[in-house]
Amino acid sequence: MGNWSRFNIASIVLGFGFLYLPIVLLVIFSFNESKLVTVWAGFSTKWYTQLWHNQALLDAAWVTIRVALISATCATVLGTLAALALVRYTRFRGRMLFSGMVYAPLVMPEVITGLSLLLLFVAIGLDRGFWTITLAHITFTMCFVAVVVQSRLLSFDQSIEEAALDLGATPVRTFFAITLPVIAPAVFSGWVLAFTLSLDDLVISSFTTGPGATTLPMKIYSQVRLGVTPEINAICTILIGVVAIGVVVASIVTKQREAQRERDERAAFAQS
Amino acid sequence: MKSLGSIRRSFAPWADPASKPFISVKNVTKRFGDFTAVDDLSLDIYTREFFALLGASGCGKSTLLRMLAGFEQPTSGEIILDGQSLAGIPPYRRPVNMMFQSYALFPHMTVENNIAFGLKQDGMPKADIAARVAQMLKLVKLEKFSQRKPHQLSGGQRQRVALARSLAKRPKVLLLDEPLGALDKKLREETQFELMDLQQELGLTFVVVTHDQEEAMTMADRIAVMSHGKVVQVATPAEIYEAPNSRFVADFIGDVNIFEGAVSGAEGGYVRLEGTNGFPIRMASPETPATGGKSAVAVRPEKIRVSRQPPAHAPVNAVQGEIWDIGYLGDMTVFHVRLKDGRVIKASSLNAVRAVEDPLGYDQEVWVSFGEDAGVVLKD
Repeated sequence: MGNWSRFNIASIVLGFGFLYLPIVLLVIFSFNESKLVTVWAGFSTKWYTQLWHNQALLDAAWVTIRVALISATCATVLGTLAALALVRYTRFRGRMLFSGMVYAPLVMPEVITGLSLLLLFVAIGLDRGFWTITLAHITFTMCFVAVVVQSRLLSFDQSIEEAALDLGATPVRTFFAITLPVIAPAVFSGWVLAFTLSLDDLVISSFTTGPGATTLPMKIYSQVRLGVTPEINAICTILIGVVAIGVVVASIVTKQREAQRERDERAAFAQS
Repeated sequence: MKSLGSIRRSFAPWADPASKPFISVKNVTKRFGDFTAVDDLSLDIYTREFFALLGASGCGKSTLLRMLAGFEQPTSGEIILDGQSLAGIPPYRRPVNMMFQSYALFPHMTVENNIAFGLKQDGMPKADIAARVAQMLKLVKLEKFSQRKPHQLSGGQRQRVALARSLAKRPKVLLLDEPLGALDKKLREETQFELMDLQQELGLTFVVVTHDQEEAMTMADRIAVMSHGKVVQVATPAEIYEAPNSRFVADFIGDVNIFEGAVSGAEGGYVRLEGTNGFPIRMASPETPATGGKSAVAVRPEKIRVSRQPPAHAPVNAVQGEIWDIGYLGDMTVFHVRLKDGRVIKASSLNAVRAVEDPLGYDQEVWVSFGEDAGVVLKD
């Protein structure tokens, strides 16, 4: 290990402070007794109880979750198919262009994606609301799934698919019995990524929303414009908690599985 | 009548004009873009034969195997299996199974389910599948490991699972792609004989691809030596070794000394070469090349004698030199004898006794010599 010089310690403190200080502040003030966000007046959980009586906020949360579930699932299917096509058919004309085009939405400014989707929906006369938000979210999260699945497929031993074909499985059966189970962890992380991206999207949702379809980020943003309330802090703290638990659980499970696998392999070779 | 090598068993359908080949590769060419992997290749393989495709990497042997399995389609020509053309038949409808070089075990399935996979595709009843899987596990001695996943197995065990899986459907032909490539030397030698016994026991046709000549020589009934997408020679291991049809084959299989020269005469089944070697050669040859033409003789190291005294037939097939290097391998000793012109001749002798009086040592003046039927007159 390197030296714990003052410089290194300072770098770490500054780096983590930069990242987490705002979040820590938000969490602390969500337990503030006072209605004034910046003045500490003692510990209280009253804002959390009050959340349950704010119907507008709960509605928005429900819309957000539904949009995220549907769009993440559709995006995962489409993104996985796109990744398969791009990895497998390495020799078709214009492949570079296609894979570039899949990545483009990753770097496209959200304002532009949102605006162009809005123009499309207006042009084809689609009533804006829940479904237009969902469609928009599928569009922009799909490429993230494609990237995650594609990187997994690059290290995928294609001979196991050939082995399945050789043993009499049709290409469709091979996909469902062999390919999909093997790449499932990557597909699942793609889904989680799409879900979280959809959950916290504000810009594209704002462009493509219509009456009656307000997502949680939109709701929070509109309330904040009237002044930050501890209630907002409370709901943000809940969101942070949910995301943090998800990330921690996922990484612990992966770690354990890897450790188990390593132990098994060592045991197998020790016996032989 | 002298015969080449040792006779393993009287199995030689290729020598019988009445027997029909089981697999016929007819003028098959396979191109990938500008690259010709397999070039107008024709080959016959017979039922119950253990056939080896041998060659350096990139010679087209794996491509040929993949065409038999159905993963690649020939650019031209056709492959006939048991009287039926395989053109356009996808891999999942061919009565052949393949054992992959990487084993290609399904990582998410147990050993048992790996072996059962092919049987399930055929819609075999559950009880029959269980019975067949048990039989296969017994065959490869892995009964205790049926519930393990591939990553819980050692390399040798994985190899046996792959073998059991490819044999489970009782294919007419088993294709093996470098089946022993990933095993260590000792395990490889054991497994070679296991594979041979298995092939005998099940009465299957095996086509094996390998770059390891020793492996091919040990296991195969016949070997096809391949180079640049073409078959250079198809013959039994003994013929390939003792009667190579070209300098390429002589050089590719085992060690060899090649003596060049001009044909100065031929009589009674013997060819005389006067050459660049500083000594005349007289060698048995079924064919007589034209006098005056260039030719070469290939002699294997173990057929060359090293002695202090000149042999009776000197100077024909004999030359003086100096021992330059000695390699002691245990079962035999390899001598590198340097001639006056700087050429090095390789000779090896079996260490049949444990101790010899006055053994040959470095820098000693010796004669190297060989008999009149020790080598092969090469055509090219």
